[in-house]
Amino acid sequence: MVPFAGYEMPVQYTAGILGEHNHTRALASIFDVSHMGQVALRGDDPAVALEKLVPGDIAGLAPGRMRYTQFTNDVGGILDDLMVTNVGDYLFLVVNAACKYADIAHLKNGLSPMIEVDVLDDRSLIALQGPSAAVVLSKHAPGAEHMPFMTALPFQIDGSPVAVTRSGYTGEDGYEISIRSVDAVRITELLLADEAVGLAGLGARDSLRLEAGLCLYGHEIDETTTPVEAALTWSISKRRREKGGFPGAETVQSQIAHGTARKRVGILPDGKAPAREGTEITDADGNSIGMVTSGGFGPSYGGPVAMGYVEISHAAKDTPVQLVVRGKPRSARIVGMPFVPNRYYRGKE
Amino acid sequence: MSDLKYSREHEWVRLDGDIATVGISQFAQEQLGDVVFVELPDLGKAVEQNGDAAVVESVKAASEVYAPVSGEVIEVNSKLEDDPELVNRAPTGDGWFIKIRLSDPSQLDGMMDEATYNEFVAS
Repeated sequence: MVPFAGYEMPVQYTAGILGEHNHTRALASIFDVSHMGQVALRGDDPAVALEKLVPGDIAGLAPGRMRYTQFTNDVGGILDDLMVTNVGDYLFLVVNAACKYADIAHLKNGLSPMIEVDVLDDRSLIALQGPSAAVVLSKHAPGAEHMPFMTALPFQIDGSPVAVTRSGYTGEDGYEISIRSVDAVRITELLLADEAVGLAGLGARDSLRLEAGLCLYGHEIDETTTPVEAALTWSISKRRREKGGFPGAETVQSQIAHGTARKRVGILPDGKAPAREGTEITDADGNSIGMVTSGGFGPSYGGPVAMGYVEISHAAKDTPVQLVVRGKPRSARIVGMPFVPNRYYRGKE
Repeated sequence: MSDLKYSREHEWVRLDGDIATVGISQFAQEQLGDVVFVELPDLGKAVEQNGDAAVVESVKAASEVYAPVSGEVIEVNSKLEDDPELVNRAPTGDGWFIKIRLSDPSQLDGMMDEATYNEFVAS
């Protein structure tokens, strides 16, 4: 167990990081992510209100759909990243644990007093991730297997109400399940009783999301990085790029039009040596061009993988770079991400 | 009874004449978890007792391996390059790290025998 954002969190359970990682990609794992903040925004058109704080298209989010976006500051830096679900009569937000109190204050200060910021601190959140997730969950929540990626539905599991989204942060198919905390242990144990399901901790969560090429707040993204630099421009719709109306819009619009000085990229070390967070990236002549933000051994990839920021002149795919690991330059190259193909369920065509 | 001597930093030494073979303990490999990379020193490097000798990386993190004795590195286990998991499978056998030509054999006197080491890690 390690302290994480004020919670005692398991880095690994008995299977160990590698075992938990591989089990998730092969069958399914449950991650306890109850430390994350769950917030409901209620009132008169909370979607339009929330767009004042995020660059994502929230007003255009249909009922039962969810979307990834960021809270930005006045210079386009990222205060936090979050998932927003249109539940129908309110918006449901999931924010990072380390940022949640700041996010809640930001919502209360930044939104009209007509919007109620309801912190759902009586709810737990578990993620069921992996290719067996749909088979497992549909035994208890029939119909969940038909939900496409990034949609939401309410279910009853064992007589308790749960809010299910087909989403996650592993690159695998799967779900996040918001449960009243009084029901959380019972429902988790019910799902865990399935022979396909194991428990997985923070360590496997990190190696899975790294292979999936996904950002982790405080590592790839923070107040000094913009969504454009972080290669998250895809999360900003055409309307929002054109019309702006979110904090730092001028910066973001200018960066989309004219480019950025640096960019988040995937980096593949040539040898076996992992390059961890903070590793300096240089060009072939040893000039510093950037820094690794996350790196380690990718169990499913079968070797070391990393991501980080490099100067835009070196951000093109296949550009050779060097990673300075413990003083020794080691060759690597810029690659596209994800490192392991994602397997989201897009629904029947 | 094992002929290994252990350090408080969880390295072991097996002495053959004035050559010390060095590795990490069963306890250390369990704590590290799956080893994915081992960085070994250059041949001929002079190492100091308790100074840096190698780096072992697990899925979790990179950890220093200290030289339990001073001397010159005369051999490294090149098998670990392609098969770092040998450290997990055979930590006190084929998963050895380096061989050191001892400069001060009396340094072994301060190390623990296996029984004492097992008590040390259990406490």
